[in-house]
Amino acid sequence: MIIDKKKMRVVNQKTHSVDGKGLMQGRSFYTDDLADQNSLVIKILRSPHAFAHIKNIDVSKAKALNGVALVLTYKDVPHVSFSRAGQGYPEPSPHDKFILDEYVRYVGDEVAMVAAINEEIAEDALKLIEVEYEVLEPVLDFEKAVDNPSIIHPEDGIKEMFPIGFEPKRNIAAAYEMQVGNVEEELKKCDVVVDGTFYSQAQAHAMIEPHSSNARLDEHNRLVIYSSTQTPFHMRRIMATTLGMPVSQIRFIKPRVGGGFGGKQAFHGEFFCALTTLRTGRPSKMVYTREEVFGASYTRHPMRINMKIGAMKDGTIKAIDCRSLSDTGAYGEHSLTVFMIVGSKVLPLYNKVNAVRFGGEVVYTNHVSAGAYRGYGAIQGNYALESTIDILAEKLGINPRILREKNSMKEKETSPIFEIMGEGTKGTAMIMESCKLPYCIKRGAELIGWEENWPRKVISDTKVRGYGMAIAMQGSGIPFMDMGSASIKLNDGGSYMVTVGATDIGQGSDTIISQIVAEELQTTVDKILIYSSDTDLTPFDCGAYASSTTYISGNAAWNAAQKMRARLIKEAAGYLEVKESTVEFDGEVFTSGDKKVSLNDLSVLWLYNKDQHQVSVTESYIGHVSPPPFMAAYAEVEVDLETGEYEVLNYVTVTDCGTTINPMLARGQVEGGIVQGLGMACFEDVKYDKKGNLLSNNFLNYHIPTHKEIHKLTSEFADSYEPTGPFGAKSVGEIGIDTPPAVICNAIYNATGVRVHTLPITPEKILKGLKELKK
Amino acid sequence: MKVSFYLNDVLVNYDVNPNEYLSHTLRSHGVKSIKIGCNESTCGSCTLLVDDKPAMSCSILTAQIEGKHITTVEGIQEEAAKISYYFSEEGADQCGFCNVGYALVIYALKRELKNPTDEEINDYIVGNLCRCSGLQSQMNAIKRYLKED
Repeated sequence: MIIDKKKMRVVNQKTHSVDGKGLMQGRSFYTDDLADQNSLVIKILRSPHAFAHIKNIDVSKAKALNGVALVLTYKDVPHVSFSRAGQGYPEPSPHDKFILDEYVRYVGDEVAMVAAINEEIAEDALKLIEVEYEVLEPVLDFEKAVDNPSIIHPEDGIKEMFPIGFEPKRNIAAAYEMQVGNVEEELKKCDVVVDGTFYSQAQAHAMIEPHSSNARLDEHNRLVIYSSTQTPFHMRRIMATTLGMPVSQIRFIKPRVGGGFGGKQAFHGEFFCALTTLRTGRPSKMVYTREEVFGASYTRHPMRINMKIGAMKDGTIKAIDCRSLSDTGAYGEHSLTVFMIVGSKVLPLYNKVNAVRFGGEVVYTNHVSAGAYRGYGAIQGNYALESTIDILAEKLGINPRILREKNSMKEKETSPIFEIMGEGTKGTAMIMESCKLPYCIKRGAELIGWEENWPRKVISDTKVRGYGMAIAMQGSGIPFMDMGSASIKLNDGGSYMVTVGATDIGQGSDTIISQIVAEELQTTVDKILIYSSDTDLTPFDCGAYASSTTYISGNAAWNAAQKMRARLIKEAAGYLEVKESTVEFDGEVFTSGDKKVSLNDLSVLWLYNKDQHQVSVTESYIGHVSPPPFMAAYAEVEVDLETGEYEVLNYVTVTDCGTTINPMLARGQVEGGIVQGLGMACFEDVKYDKKGNLLSNNFLNYHIPTHKEIHKLTSEFADSYEPTGPFGAKSVGEIGIDTPPAVICNAIYNATGVRVHTLPITPEKILKGLKELKK
Repeated sequence: MKVSFYLNDVLVNYDVNPNEYLSHTLRSHGVKSIKIGCNESTCGSCTLLVDDKPAMSCSILTAQIEGKHITTVEGIQEEAAKISYYFSEEGADQCGFCNVGYALVIYALKRELKNPTDEEINDYIVGNLCRCSGLQSQMNAIKRYLKED
């Protein structure tokens, strides 16, 4: 259904966030704000070794300490393997984690848990736990992980849920290979073949609210867990399975969440709260320290990516060959799926090739586990592909903008990759019903002054400005797998209560879903009361990941609103004693000829006076395609040739995400992604010492972008309409993060002649490159 | 030990441990608007005003604030609403965990600096981290709020 944007009154219009004022006034409650005042405080004893076997563990002194309520080791918890990944069922991640285990696999891995009446006693108790470790040789170089003599997961009882290439005895968590056409043959026929190997680093999520959870038993003795999670329904399922409880006995509540970026898709602490409360009957809580957020949650998967591209002299790209190695750290959460996205949401950008190949392994190491992180493989793949495209352009002597325009995806086109590669499984064929990438490239070039400025502008003897670009795509949910749903209930007074499982974690889904419902019901956002999400009270939703909320949950809300509208008209026709087809509804009044009645009057009547009943509807949505948002990005970067230091003076993006349901929030998503991507491109770096101790474990050692580094962001949107999306929308949550590594890499090269093949692109690396060029 | 101070102009008298930090004291007395992002004075989420100057409450011992005036966001509700208007206008609304700290530091900035340059604004707010927004939208919102009479 295509709706004329000019007729939209709420969607695509400037609309303030439904929660913005309350948040600024301090009225919102996050997970730890809702912990029971009498909660037992949970603390974790963490491994000092990168890899060790627990030979003996004595907790008797800790247990004896006054105020300690519970101490748990691997001997006290169910020996059931699971995945913390927080994905749908069956998970594409290996079940390779136990709540507590006799092996510890990174510095910070869980050894034992203490619950005490306050934090001080819990911490004192940790010091009383005596552990005898057999220290094992860790694997700290991911390029040496495969078939290393040290096997990180030698234990029994771990498994894959379906074939993902899981070979734990070889330190391989997952593997994947695909090919379209014959890459080797096509490359032989090409006039020019370029290749480059790129290394992307681990990046920390660094959301400002730490991972938090708390638990209590309700009056029915059911387990109630508040969690700062992106996936309350998946958590309920995974916890029930792992603890051997019925799903009906667990309730997960997601209150306000202080940022996620993928890091809160997974379990962090919820099992310890659950076990403490189940075993003591007392409320409990756990909040990660900042050091634990850095050192015991998740990072982005570091990768080595080799990209080989073959083209003809006229600039026609014929073949792409991509080989990757990914480091999943100690556990294999999201190992296969992040890896596949390096190919599936990157390589289709150049869809006119005769052959394309992608493959490699995801390996275990004794580092902090890698997991879901905004961009989810696409940022790593984009860095390698879009840097190599610039290398190719130079070799061909073609402007890289023109090379991209010529070879990139256009509207009504497709790529065979969509059908081959899915979320750990086979994919879904689709045609690009909306793709304004050519416009995005053209408009971005105008905004940065590409033709005048590219490749560089000399400012002085020591200062040069370089100009770089990249294009990107992402997806909108996981087709045929991830479902969203919404319920709408009419209140007296004519307002609507909307309950959604969709997980607002700060991205603004409560606002955009309110807008979608208000638009369909021809009312205003203040008449929409929205609540998300609670496994007892709201209908199911897969959660906030895979850029799915606007598209999947937004479509569910739209379906529900359409159904509510039809229901209201039907019931109003009954009241007016006229035919349904004669009734018109303008959001406030039902009219049929000269008969009319207001929604306000009917809403009161139906509850108090006549044929009393509750008007409510529930609808769901499951995607059949995953329409990609597209982006073209450009940057102007000023480099100091004496020091290698550089500043990003302007970062220009033009995005096609279909209709922007809320133009301000869409811009917030794009720019927030860009800044997080710039952090990764320019300086963010998860660092370890030689023994595997994390060095970047606070905001002083791990710097995230501040107001000092961000100068100018120029963000525009293409006029685009995705026919399968709610009011024409596609996703916009991840696309912003994908381009900065390649754009900055290309801009620095254009400024200096130095191509940096390892992230982050630091002044030291640039200076080293400049010195080598002088030789 | 007993400590008396003014919380949003109301004299309060709390019994606290000598090694207790103000963020903990206030949260345990129900002031949940104070957010703890790092607990090591590096993120700014727990910002409040001590005698009108912004400070991170996770690194102030409650024992130190005897007789002082503490302002939390509950004490500047109208100004917080105004700041939020500009945040929404500029697309700076996201998870909100850092917002209360921002509201207090922006409020203090307006009272302390007249016609600040961009660099002076940056210097003033750089201790408050935000991981969600593109930061530019916040800067635009702050500038619009500062212009308001």
